[in-house]
Amino acid sequence: MTTARAIALNVEQVAVRFGGLVALSEMNFTVGEGEIVSLIGPNGAGKTTAFNVMTGFLDPAHGRVSYRGTALNGLKPHQIADLGLIRTFQRTSVFPNDTVYDNLLIGLHRQGRVGLFEAILGLPRARASERRLRERAAELVEWVGLERRAYDPAGSLSYGEQRLVGVALALAAEPSMLLLDEPVSGMNASETHTFVELIRNIRDRGVTILLVEHDMPMVMSVSDRIVVLNYGRIIAEGPPEAIRNDPDVIEAYLGQGAARA
Amino acid sequence: MRAAITILTLAAFASVPLWLRDPYLLNALITTGIFMIAAMSLNLLLGFTGQLSLGHIAFFGIGAYVSALTSLGFDIGLPGGFRLVHEPWPPIVGFVLAILVAGLCGYFVGLLSFRVRGAYFVIVTISFAEVVRLVALNWVELTQGPLALTNIPSITIGLPGLGELTLRTKFHNYYLVLAVAAVAYLLISRLVHSHFGRAMRGLMENETLAVSVGIDVTRTLTLAAVISAAIAGAAGSLYAHYIRIIDPEVFAFINTVTMVIMVISGGKGSLAGPVVGGLIFGLLPVMLRPIMAPEAQWIAYGGVLIVILFVLPRGIVPSLAQRFAKRKRKAAVVAVTPVAFSERAKEPA
Amino acid sequence: MSEFLQHLINMLVLGGTYALLGIGLTLIFGIMNVVNFTHGVLYTFGAYIMFIVVQQLGLNFFLALPVAVVAGWLLGAVIELTLLRPLRGSDIDTTMLVMIGAWIAMQSATLWIWGGVAKSVATPFPEAPLVLGPVSVSWLRLFVLAAAALLIVVTYLLINRTKLGCAMRATFQDQDTASLMGVNVDLIYTSTFAIGSSLAAAAGALLGPVYVIFPQMGDLAAVKAFAIVILGGLGNITGAVIGGFILALAEELGAGYISSGYRDAMGFLIIIAVLIFKPTGLFARSERVG
Repeated sequence: MTTARAIALNVEQVAVRFGGLVALSEMNFTVGEGEIVSLIGPNGAGKTTAFNVMTGFLDPAHGRVSYRGTALNGLKPHQIADLGLIRTFQRTSVFPNDTVYDNLLIGLHRQGRVGLFEAILGLPRARASERRLRERAAELVEWVGLERRAYDPAGSLSYGEQRLVGVALALAAEPSMLLLDEPVSGMNASETHTFVELIRNIRDRGVTILLVEHDMPMVMSVSDRIVVLNYGRIIAEGPPEAIRNDPDVIEAYLGQGAARA
Repeated sequence: MRAAITILTLAAFASVPLWLRDPYLLNALITTGIFMIAAMSLNLLLGFTGQLSLGHIAFFGIGAYVSALTSLGFDIGLPGGFRLVHEPWPPIVGFVLAILVAGLCGYFVGLLSFRVRGAYFVIVTISFAEVVRLVALNWVELTQGPLALTNIPSITIGLPGLGELTLRTKFHNYYLVLAVAAVAYLLISRLVHSHFGRAMRGLMENETLAVSVGIDVTRTLTLAAVISAAIAGAAGSLYAHYIRIIDPEVFAFINTVTMVIMVISGGKGSLAGPVVGGLIFGLLPVMLRPIMAPEAQWIAYGGVLIVILFVLPRGIVPSLAQRFAKRKRKAAVVAVTPVAFSERAKEPA
Repeated sequence: MSEFLQHLINMLVLGGTYALLGIGLTLIFGIMNVVNFTHGVLYTFGAYIMFIVVQQLGLNFFLALPVAVVAGWLLGAVIELTLLRPLRGSDIDTTMLVMIGAWIAMQSATLWIWGGVAKSVATPFPEAPLVLGPVSVSWLRLFVLAAAALLIVVTYLLINRTKLGCAMRATFQDQDTASLMGVNVDLIYTSTFAIGSSLAAAAGALLGPVYVIFPQMGDLAAVKAFAIVILGGLGNITGAVIGGFILALAEELGAGYISSGYRDAMGFLIIIAVLIFKPTGLFARSERVG
């Protein structure tokens, strides 16, 4: 199934070290266009590090990451965002002092680029662009179901709602691929359920998704393919059924004393 | 509503020279206005990008010197035995050049210093201002050093059909400063409400998240620095042509502190903040002069800064705005701290 | 060559007091995360204590130095207790602005009390300098160097060999953990600020008699302290000592071979250069493994 797809993200031989500590070694995997892939592994396995490398927040010691044929090495995070590769964050997912609506307007940065003088002079093109952004922001608020909180500061929302704002922000940037870093942590069961629907919905719009997550039932139900990391290495890769029964994976999780799989 | 308040305020300011006959007070208002423009420019950085530039007076001073030297002319020796001779140009050209040169300096300082943030950024900006002051003090051939540049001409503007008008009187200068202040206010207001302003706010609140949605840190912050420096340069030019004498003391750190006090007390991140803070702290020394020794005034100045930070850490305008706009759900440009928000969140919607 | 040797001697004398200034500031920044703009005022304060004790009270010169250290300690403790403790947990900009307010108020108070006329302090040392071959150095300056060296060693021992020092180092590493381990963080903060302030006052008391004493003398001293701290890396004590000597050398060479007008620009240029090329300071340890 995966071979039929065009490769969107290609991670080749990526290694990261912090001082003498190996955070990632020889990491190789690909994500196909329109696929939902999950990256799992015990705490400290290097999942977030991998995310940071893919989105330009961290330079790998060696190896390369490319997205739709463009090498990402040396690009800054905002340049990678410009390629349509957008991520969310575990903790810092909103602009806390702005309203939910304004958060989305900030997130729509990539859609709103107009000239400085057009913006300052309020020329028609800038006004039209503003109008479009406001409509789009309202749509996104509605889409994640936060209309009632639209004019509340994002920092005052519940944790689960903030995660939704985070995802809406990422969507505002019009991603062609979305990297979600533990999106359902801190959500209750019904929020998680809604969120899974949301992810499927996003994928159906043609967005490729890479997910880092601890919630195994959620990962198993949503993923097309799962990549398992342990101690910075990929120990298994395959569809959910195969991963569920993989002895190495069970060992890795049991070894950590957290047999959640 | 907001526009009505702005227009009424502007009209009130415009009426002042018509009824105020005291030249001493009018003079205080003009210099206050000039510093208010500088404070607005500082607010663009401090209030809307969160970068505390404590060397802001450098751009003001550079604007003042560039404008003065353009209109006075100079004759300096260059390495290799060449001489650079500049014949005096009209002051209005100096005004434009002051904006451009200050903006250019803002570009370089921004480019270099935004690599460092927080305490480091503050110290770099202070150092920049001090180096510029030392150059102004020691490059006597160009700047006359401590002897000051004197006899700086007043700004002359050509009015279509009316010939040239030299803005020499306080009456004229008041309106000149008011016009520049209004333009600066409008420009900053348009900027912060645009796409660019949202990028700045995003960076200030959560830089990691902001870059991940495609906001370019260097570009955004440098843009803010350039515009901020250019406006400060315009204020400096106005100052040079109004006071008509400048010396290296214009770069004194205390002048930056004055701007910071204006911004902080009025409310950083609020457009009207520097205007309110500027009026209070521009006119306070005038009020205190008859009753206090200058040293005591400065003690009061420092004391008031501390008291404001303790009592009204968010500044006057945001505090008042929040009080008045409690029913309104959306407080437009008012920067509000998370603490204030959590209080607000507890209120019944 | 002899000129160069003379510069080196001057560098040693200046460097010692610069190091004192730098250690105080770097301690306060490293442990409390406060950019202390009152540091220069405490330097001025130390110098005026010297003036009061020696010139106005007519007491012994050597007695004045410990008095200045103690007075600096007390003033520092008062500043910390009244201005910084209530703001614990505020952002670094707020505390920095409060410190700026305190600096303006205190400097203006100095000007109000003693006036702007520069004061000098009589010293018990002979006028004639000590001549060593091609170079000469005044006895006063030698004393300054010795006293500064002594204070640096005492500070070093205080931080590395005492219980208080141990608690300070723990707080520097990780405030939350230190507090969980039973360290009284409030006490550590007050002590740190007091110690840093007493070192600044000591530097002022030592250099005051070498030059003249006036209310704004601390402004440049503060900038130099910032330059030293940035050179050595914020929070790094050994770095501050080395930074102090490097700045002194740069100033001596700058004044000697470029122009004396730019002597005081050296500090700023160093700040700008370091921050552009190596923002973590020359001696900063490599980043933590995370």
